Amino acid sequence: MMSRTLIKDLYKEARIFNIRAIIAALVAVILVSLLWGRLFQLQITEHAHFDTLSNNNRVRLMSTEPNRGLIYDRNGMVLAENRPTFSLDIIPEEVGQLDQTLEELKSLITISDNDIRSFNKTLKRRKPFQSVSLRSNLSEKEVAVLAVNRYRFPGVDFKTKLTRYYPMGSSAVHVLGYVGRIDEDELQNVDASQYNGSSSIGKIGIESYYEKELRGQRGYQKVEVNVQGRVLRVLEETPPIAGKDLILSIDAGLQSTAEYAMGNNSGAMVAIEPETGEVLAMVSMPLYDPNLFVHGISNKAYKILQNTGRRPQFNRALSGQYPPGSIMKPFIGLGGLDASVVGVNEEIFCEGYFMLPNEERRYRDWKRTGHLDTTMKKALAESCDVYFYQLAYLMGIDRISSFLNQFGFGKRMGIDTTSEQSGLLPSREWKQKTKKTIWYPGETLITGIGQGYMLATPLQMAAATATLAMRGQRKQPHLLKSSRDNQTGETVAYQPPELKPVTIKSNRHWSNIIAGMKEVVHGSHGTARALGHSLTYQMAGKTGTAQVYGIAQGEVYDEEGLALKLRDHALFSAFAPIRKPRIAAAIIIENGGSGGHVAAPIAKQVFDHYIHKNYGNHAR
Amino acid sequence: MRADYFESNDTGRLKLFQSLRLDPPLTMALLLLTACGLGILYSAGSQNIDLIFRQLTRLSLAFGVMVLMAQIPPQNFRLWAPWIFLLGIVLLTSVLVFGDVGKGAKRWLDFGVVRFQPSEMMKLAAPMMVAWFLADKPLPPSFKHLAVALILVIMPTMLIAKQPDLGTSLLIAAAGFFVIYFAGLKWRVLAGFAVLVAAMTPLVWHYMHDYQRRRVLTFLNPENDPLGSGYHIIQSKIAIGSGGLYGKGWLNGTQSHLDFLPERSTDFIFAVFAEEFGFIGVIVLLALYVFIVIRGLVIASQAQDSFGRLLAGSLSLTFLVYLFVNVGMVSGLLPVVGVPLPLVSYGGTSMVTLMAGFGMLMSIQSHRRLLRQ
Repeated sequence: MMSRTLIKDLYKEARIFNIRAIIAALVAVILVSLLWGRLFQLQITEHAHFDTLSNNNRVRLMSTEPNRGLIYDRNGMVLAENRPTFSLDIIPEEVGQLDQTLEELKSLITISDNDIRSFNKTLKRRKPFQSVSLRSNLSEKEVAVLAVNRYRFPGVDFKTKLTRYYPMGSSAVHVLGYVGRIDEDELQNVDASQYNGSSSIGKIGIESYYEKELRGQRGYQKVEVNVQGRVLRVLEETPPIAGKDLILSIDAGLQSTAEYAMGNNSGAMVAIEPETGEVLAMVSMPLYDPNLFVHGISNKAYKILQNTGRRPQFNRALSGQYPPGSIMKPFIGLGGLDASVVGVNEEIFCEGYFMLPNEERRYRDWKRTGHLDTTMKKALAESCDVYFYQLAYLMGIDRISSFLNQFGFGKRMGIDTTSEQSGLLPSREWKQKTKKTIWYPGETLITGIGQGYMLATPLQMAAATATLAMRGQRKQPHLLKSSRDNQTGETVAYQPPELKPVTIKSNRHWSNIIAGMKEVVHGSHGTARALGHSLTYQMAGKTGTAQVYGIAQGEVYDEEGLALKLRDHALFSAFAPIRKPRIAAAIIIENGGSGGHVAAPIAKQVFDHYIHKNYGNHAR
Repeated sequence: MRADYFESNDTGRLKLFQSLRLDPPLTMALLLLTACGLGILYSAGSQNIDLIFRQLTRLSLAFGVMVLMAQIPPQNFRLWAPWIFLLGIVLLTSVLVFGDVGKGAKRWLDFGVVRFQPSEMMKLAAPMMVAWFLADKPLPPSFKHLAVALILVIMPTMLIAKQPDLGTSLLIAAAGFFVIYFAGLKWRVLAGFAVLVAAMTPLVWHYMHDYQRRRVLTFLNPENDPLGSGYHIIQSKIAIGSGGLYGKGWLNGTQSHLDFLPERSTDFIFAVFAEEFGFIGVIVLLALYVFIVIRGLVIASQAQDSFGRLLAGSLSLTFLVYLFVNVGMVSGLLPVVGVPLPLVSYGGTSMVTLMAGFGMLMSIQSHRRLLRQ
């Protein structure tokens, strides 16, 4: 250390420096080569990987919703269509003060707390820069007000989309059903490539049953987006395929006539073309407006719908299971003739009540004084209970059960829509299985007049009546007439499944029963004779008055004194014209009282409308 | 032959360079680089012509400063070195006391009209000071001189690291250290330093700010936080990698033009270049930088005295560090430290400092000849 010179050696310094400069230059080249190497790795070796990532960044697959198929009635009237509606969308990132903007928007258009709540809910789940809908279904006036003030609200925009609209409002609501925003459960069960969280889906009725046909195929767009997700251009496009149009068998005019005729009553009516099984009208009262559901119904409105006591959303025509009452008598009668337990002109004496051998209990006729000597025709025309007690007693429950089974009672008809219930056709086995007790003979008797355990839906009653009209030929009741593919223009008719006909030993019995039903309307003592006078065509019918409330032995039914909901249901089933049946129907008016007085006149209005319109005033 | 450079090429252009005391190869390379820079900036800034004009104004100012510095004889730099350094230290201290807060760090001094970043001045003042100190000492430096030189480096480094501005403090430490290296620091000592630095890493970690630690962690695993702090580096790597061999073409970079790449006009402008010009473009651009660094080293080795030699060598290598740190960061080799791509990134202050440094290099080169004549 001490030997080191402290004198500056300029040449040595320059030499040291030069060596160091060369090393530095080498280091520079090495470091830059290191960068080159790194860039080679990124740009050449891993190029494909990063190229994919880059495309993933900029290319987004966007789906385009297909136009939902329209729904028409049998005469080409539009029942469900799509209308452009405006919604107000917000991109929160582009809005300065969100709270303030919401307040200012509130002063221009109505924004409910509900809107704000669902807005905040979606706000939490969305991706950055995705727009969130604040209000849907803006009125034209609201759109105009917002358009004028738009400059004040960056990040606030309108969006147009086609939404479902039911031009007839509440009419035929139980046929059509409605669409609504898809919910979490539904989303789990549908083809994920066809739906997303904001898709609409058929919730109930035809809209739900034919969802696949109506929906169509989603289209896709490959778009280039920037980091905000804003679409800059379309790279590739697969257009959506619109859903199929459905032509229903429903006659909208008939449908609204029936709805009008039923007025303020609760109840149901199903009208079928017997030859084809096409459902001409299917009414459940009261009605409600399906348009309420399209944009998401408010909690308040939904609660009102659910709790009005009369439950408008309950489809009585298919889900309502009623005791069919005397409406069953033609079928029991036919069964009795077929089983040869009674002859068509054989007289049974009715003294106002029926007693089982070795039993004290009296099974009453509705007519306390009795119908006296009664043939099949008279029994049907006057709805004699004792006659059918006797018939049921002679047939026994097993034969009744298996005979009625042929008409489709006790099981779903398989109509092409939702909410159908099976009704109940009691049998010995059924009772053993569900009630764990034996079948009592008394129960057979009341089954003979359509009371007791027996339950049927209005659809079943109408379809069975149509079968009667067709003398045993059974047609699957259905709502779809044909579907039209909008791409190809091809119309495909609905092919209902073939059903096994009702077979009886002698076809004359059909005529005998129908003659009895004709007597109901046209006979001088028929329970619906009031109708016969003004009919321009011949109608076969059967009235029914089904007990809701059990009347104790010896008690007198006092209609006025009973609470409304305990009053009897009024029923009527009929078809016309008798020689060439065009329409068969069943109607039930809940707590309406007498079938002949309440239900039959309503049926007449409906039949008149249909037959006069389609087959002239003097159809036979 | 070297000496005859100017005399044998008696063209008008060289006379112009000569009269402005500029070094022709270095000047040409700088002009070429800044021109490329404007081209990339045009693309990175979404073809915003105002941005280009503002950058052009800064460039003109920076080139003006370079020409001005080239006129000052290197002896003057040597004379002023201690005073500039002292002023720098005072200003840095006052920044910590009175400074303006910008982006969570105290870096600026506000003089009412001008906002001034004293750390920029220190980028030149620190190597000048160390060179001044070592120039008249016998070299290689003794242990005592080495210690003093180190203190001269560490002082401004610490003051700037305190602001906190990790990038700049590293650059200043490097600039000072390069002077010591060129002065003939023994390899053994150098190795000792390396060990010391490695040993101090945990200590540095302890004193780091949260955001600095996050950057390091993100660097180690950017995919950990793809939408947060890792986002920059992921998007930058995608931009570079998707460029491939030939690039997507000028103005056609999707990562940059669709806004996926953040800070694409400033710190991450290299990714824009790599995306649009590909690996071939990258080779050419980096070669241009290497040329500038080597030309600087040549100037240094031709310098007449120790001061000029040490200063020129340090400035050249510092330029390399700029490049390496920036490209290393953008390509995911190094953690994200706020160092711009020299002479290309949008922004004024560092550009003026860099060009002032090149002005000094040219002064060292050109005044040497005049002295001899």
